[in-house]
Amino acid sequence: MGEQREDGYDDLLDAIESNTGYYLSCPAGHGSLPPRQVCPTCGDDDLSTEPLPDTGTVVTFTEIAVPAPAFTGQTPVVVIADFGPVRLTGRLVDDSDALEVGSEVVPTVATSPDGGRHIGARLVSER
Amino acid sequence: MHAVRIAGAGSTAFGASPGRTGRDLFGEAARIAIKDSGVPRADIDRLCYGNFVGTVTESQGHQAPLMTEAAGVTAPATRYESACASGGVALKSAVEAVRSGAIDVALVGGMERMHNVTTEQATEGLAMAADHLYESRAGVTFPGAYALMARAYFEEFGGTRADLAAVAVKNHRNAIGNENAQFQRAISTTDVLEAPTIADPLGLYDACPITDGASACVLVSEAYAKEHDLNASVTVTGTGQGTDSLALQHRESLTRTPATTRAATAAYDDAGISPADIDLLEVHDCFTIAEVVALEGLGLYDHGAAIDAASSGETTRDGDLPVNLSGGLKAKGHPVGATGVSQVVELTKLLRGDHVNSTAVPDASVAVAHNAGGTVASATVHVLEVRP
Repeated sequence: MGEQREDGYDDLLDAIESNTGYYLSCPAGHGSLPPRQVCPTCGDDDLSTEPLPDTGTVVTFTEIAVPAPAFTGQTPVVVIADFGPVRLTGRLVDDSDALEVGSEVVPTVATSPDGGRHIGARLVSER
Repeated sequence: MHAVRIAGAGSTAFGASPGRTGRDLFGEAARIAIKDSGVPRADIDRLCYGNFVGTVTESQGHQAPLMTEAAGVTAPATRYESACASGGVALKSAVEAVRSGAIDVALVGGMERMHNVTTEQATEGLAMAADHLYESRAGVTFPGAYALMARAYFEEFGGTRADLAAVAVKNHRNAIGNENAQFQRAISTTDVLEAPTIADPLGLYDACPITDGASACVLVSEAYAKEHDLNASVTVTGTGQGTDSLALQHRESLTRTPATTRAATAAYDDAGISPADIDLLEVHDCFTIAEVVALEGLGLYDHGAAIDAASSGETTRDGDLPVNLSGGLKAKGHPVGATGVSQVVELTKLLRGDHVNSTAVPDASVAVAHNAGGTVASATVHVLEVRP
């Protein structure tokens, strides 16, 4: 897993890795994540690339005690963070002791033990 | 439009039967339902069949022809897949086919077999209901997704794990005596609160079990029922379906389920009822929090107000609005692709008076079944009414 690129998705991960994360925006201001042919909210095909805010706010999280096979032996902590026009679901890569709803996070790229790249999150307070 | 009657209904016992094949499970449910209906097999015009992860757990695609053989019928057949709402969408399709006049008799059902694989493999299979790139890859499991919703709910509206535990306690109580139910035993609030955590704030007893099983119904047009003098008092008077963004992160709210509301609005309008007319419901309680957001999405409670519906007794067996008298997914069990049909099997028996819990709702005439897929990215609602 992880060898075949997923166009759009892996492009976003590459951008996040180089601190140039982005999201897609339509003229009405609806945010979405790639790949998109049209805005999922209104169907407009005039999508622009906008810079992802540097930090997001955790709106919910969970520590998963019974993980999927890709995380065997681990208890991944997953957050959903609000970045304004978009939300991102990411795996927390820091120790979770300081994590709470309202915590500030920065997006990063994480890799599961089986090599699958995905969106990660770091706590601003732990940086 | 042709009214749709439920002529027959049946399920296998739900539970762990790792050695039983899907074809055998569905064959049993279909045999029971067809026998219950009194309809000759040759009259069945179509099979609408729900299944979610059989391609993974049994390496079996193209299940519809297999299941017509298992049922002993030769009708055109299609497998429907909408994760945990696979049975609900199969049912909707069958209802619409009979209503349209295209067919007179439909066999509708579903099956899931999951105990033949490891818990991790089953977890991975169920996680396929989520957005693979943006959720599953980051580690989100099916319980994990509902845990994200539960914490967001607590943050927005308040509520405690004990409130959620009351849902599990209620549904276990309801399953006692239901011979098809997976767990026919009572549990306490303490049992729920002290169970191992699966994805905080949810514990093992907040979750429905992994279940093997199958369910089936025979639907007929009213004209066919009259012509053949069938005993088919339960009528499907409303059908509705709703869809939402697949990933939680793409939704406006993490605590609302507009797919349920869209399905309910369509089904209530179709039947010409309002939420106040409903006497009992089977709702999709794959996790305790799911029952809470279902009751709100169905318009029975305001947002944020259903958290104590079970703990206050309103939705218990003796309450004003009994919910999941079968035991629900939580205690009856959740053979994923069968669940949407199994809810209708249970409601049909509850309304006919031949369910162990029919005594709790002796005067009931309007029942609602709510089936949800994933984190309610898909939902179906069906209204059943007793008609002479």
